[in-house]
Amino acid sequence: MDFLNAIVALSNFVLIPAIAYGSQLALGALGVTLIYGILRFSNFAHGDTMAFGAMIAVLVTWALQGMGVSFGPLPTALLALPFAILGTMALVLITDRVVYRFYREQKAKPVILVIVSMGVMFILNGLVRFIIGPNDQKFADGERFIISVREFKAMTGLREGLAIKTTQGLTVVVAIIAVALLFWFLNRTRTGKSMRAYSDNEDLALLSGINPERVVMYTWLIVAALATTAGVLYGLDKTFKPFVYFQLLLPIFASAIVGGLGSPLGAIAGGFVIAFSEVTITYAWKKVLVYLMPEPLEPSGLVQLLSTDYKFAVSFVILIVVLLFKPTGLFQGKSI
Amino acid sequence: MSDIMKNTLLFAIVGALIILTGFMQSWNSALTILNMGLISAIMALGVNLQWGFAGLFNVGVMGFVALGGLAVVLTSMAPVGEAWAAGGTRVIVGLLAGAGTIVAAVMAQQRLAAGRTRNLILLVILIGGFFLYRAIFDPGVAAVEAVDPAATGYLGGLGLPVLFAWPFGGLLAAGAAWLIGKTALGLRSDYLAIATLGIAEIIIAVMKNEDWLARGVKNVNGLPRPVPYEIDLQNSQSFVDSAQGFGLDPVTASTLFVKLNYALLFSVVLILILIMAQAALRSPWGRMMRAIRDNEVAAEAMGKDVTRRHLQIFVLGSAVCGIAGAMMTTLDGQLTPGTYQPLRYTFLIWVMVIVGGSGSNLGAVLGGFLIWFFWIQVEPIGLWLMETITSGMAEDSGLRIHLLNSAAHMRLLTMGVILLLVLRFSPRGLIPEK
Repeated sequence: MDFLNAIVALSNFVLIPAIAYGSQLALGALGVTLIYGILRFSNFAHGDTMAFGAMIAVLVTWALQGMGVSFGPLPTALLALPFAILGTMALVLITDRVVYRFYREQKAKPVILVIVSMGVMFILNGLVRFIIGPNDQKFADGERFIISVREFKAMTGLREGLAIKTTQGLTVVVAIIAVALLFWFLNRTRTGKSMRAYSDNEDLALLSGINPERVVMYTWLIVAALATTAGVLYGLDKTFKPFVYFQLLLPIFASAIVGGLGSPLGAIAGGFVIAFSEVTITYAWKKVLVYLMPEPLEPSGLVQLLSTDYKFAVSFVILIVVLLFKPTGLFQGKSI
Repeated sequence: MSDIMKNTLLFAIVGALIILTGFMQSWNSALTILNMGLISAIMALGVNLQWGFAGLFNVGVMGFVALGGLAVVLTSMAPVGEAWAAGGTRVIVGLLAGAGTIVAAVMAQQRLAAGRTRNLILLVILIGGFFLYRAIFDPGVAAVEAVDPAATGYLGGLGLPVLFAWPFGGLLAAGAAWLIGKTALGLRSDYLAIATLGIAEIIIAVMKNEDWLARGVKNVNGLPRPVPYEIDLQNSQSFVDSAQGFGLDPVTASTLFVKLNYALLFSVVLILILIMAQAALRSPWGRMMRAIRDNEVAAEAMGKDVTRRHLQIFVLGSAVCGIAGAMMTTLDGQLTPGTYQPLRYTFLIWVMVIVGGSGSNLGAVLGGFLIWFFWIQVEPIGLWLMETITSGMAEDSGLRIHLLNSAAHMRLLTMGVILLLVLRFSPRGLIPEK
C-alpha cells in the first residue's frame, strides 16, 4: 500500500493529461455551442476552422523564430496567437458573407446549413493542406517542462515521478482566461446580453430592436478566437496535423451535446466529462493498482478497459447514453 | 420530352468525358474511372434512398462501405483451421457473452421498475458482463492472433465464391444499420448526423484493431476474384490470338479485358438497384416516404409510423452502401482498413447526391459518375493549371515548387467549391426530383 505514489502516478498519467485535453475540448465545444445557439446549426467545419487558425499560428511562429524573436521560457506560438486569431476572424467573416448569409436570409432549414458547412469543411481542409501540407508540423519551443520527472523525484523523494509539460500548464491557464473573458462578455456587455437574448428567443430579441446581423458577426468573431485558441493549444500540446483536427470534431460535438447544445457552461462541463472518460477508460491502471493493492492481489494484466485506439468509442457511447436518457444534455441545452 | 433529352444529354456528356480520357490518357485509366464510377453511383443511390426519399442525414456512409469490405474477407477467404482450433470457439463464445450482457441490460432496463434497485442491477450486469466478456474473449484472441501472424493470425472466412460477398456485405451493413437506427433514429437530424459520424469511426477502429477478425492494419491481400487473372489470360493461346486480332499486345489486352468484365458485373448490379429504386420511388411506399419527409407531423396524423418507416429506409440505404463497399473491395483485391477516410467515403458521396439532385435516382447515378470523374481528374488538371500559372517564375523559386507540390490537394478544395456552388445556384441538382 502506497497511497502517495499511487496518487502521483494517477495525476501524472490521468489527471494532468485529462485536464489539459478537457480544456482544449471545452474551448472547441464552446465554439460549436455558440454557433448552435445563435446560428442554429451544427457546424461541421469547426474542426477545420481550428486547423486553419493553428496553421496561421504555425506560420507566424516560424516567421518570428526566423527573425530571432522568442518568448523566453514560453512558446513563441503564444506571440503568434493574436495574429492567428485575426486571420481566422477574417476567414470566418468572409465565409459568413459569401456562404452562410444567403441561407440565413432564405431561412433555410438547419440541415441545409449543416450540408453547407460540409462544403466549407472541404474547402478549409483543402486550403490548409494546400498551404501547409498534410504532414506533422512542430512549432513548440521554449521550456519543455514546468516540472520534470527528475526534478519531482529529487524534490519529494518518491519512487513515482510527475511531469507537467509547459504546454499543459499553458493550456489550462489560457483556457481559464478565455472562458473568463467569454463569460464576462456574455453576461456584462451589451452585445453579449443581446447575443444571449437572441439565442433564447429570436423573435423577442428582434422585437426589442436587436440587430441580428450584428449578433451573428460578433458570434463569428468570438468563435474564431475560441477555435484558434483551442487549435493552437492542441497543436502545442500534441502536434499540428490537419487531419487530426478533423477527427477532433467527434469528441467536440460529443462534449457540446453532453453539456447541452447552446449552453456555454454545459460545453465546458461536457469537455471535461468526455476528456476524463476517454483518458480513464483507455489508461492501463496496473501501475496505480500495484501501489494500492496488497501484494497477493496485484493485477497481472494491464487493467486497461479499452485499448487507446477506441477512444472515439468512449466519447460516442457517452454521447448515445446522454441522447437516449437526457436529450437536452446535462445543462438543459436546446432541442429544436 | 425535353426532360428526357436533357438527362440523356447529361449522361452523354459524362460518357464523352470518360471516352475522352480513353483517347487522351489511356483506356486503362478510362476503365478504372468507369468502374469506380459505377460503384460510386451505387453508393450515391444508397445515400439518396436515405436523404432524398426520407430526409435522413446519414454521415456514416464510410462505416457501411467498410462493413461491405469486411464481408468480402469473411465470405471469400479460406478459413484458417489452425486459428479456429486455437481459439475460434473462445472468441465466438466471448462475443456471445458480450452481446448477452447488452441484451440482459436492455431487458432489465425495460422490465424492472425504475428506481435505485434497477440502476444497481443494471450496473452489476454491465460491469460483471464486461469482465466476463474480457475473461473469455481475450485469451481466445491472443491464441488466434498467435497463429502465423505474418501470413494469417485471423480466423479467415467461409471460403465461398466471392460474388456471395456482395449480398452478404449488404446484409452486414443492414444489420449494423438496424442496431444504429434503433438507438439513433427519432433524434433530431443533427444528432443523427453526429451519431452516424461516430459509428463510422468506431467501425473503422474495430476493423483496424481486431486482428483476429480481418488482420487489422496488416491488411488481407489476395482476395479471390470473380473474373480471370491477367496472367492466366496472357498464357492462354486463344486469348493472345484474339488480342492480336484487335491489334493489341497481350498485356494491355488482358488488363482491359479484366476491367471490362468488372464493368459488366458492376453495371448489372447498378441497373438492378436503379430499377428497384425507381420502382420504390413510384410506388405508394415511395410516396408515403416523401410525404413523411415533407411533413412528418401530417404523415403521423395520417397514421403512418414515422420512426418505423425511417428505420426501414435507413436499413435499406445502408445495405446498398454495404453492397457497393463489398464490390469495391472485390475490385481492389485487398481489404485495407487504414485507407478508409471520411472525406473520401462519406462526404464525397454526399457531394455526388447533392450535385446529382437529391431525391432523384438518375441524378444520384449521374452525380456518382461525374463527381468521381472530377475527383480523379482534378489532380492532373490542377497540376497543369499550376504549371501554367508558375511558368513565368524562376525554375528554383520556392513558391513555384510549393504550388506544384500542393496541386494534389486541389481536389478537396474543388469538391467544396462544387458543392457550395450547386447548393447556392441550383439547389435541386442537375437532375431535379419531379
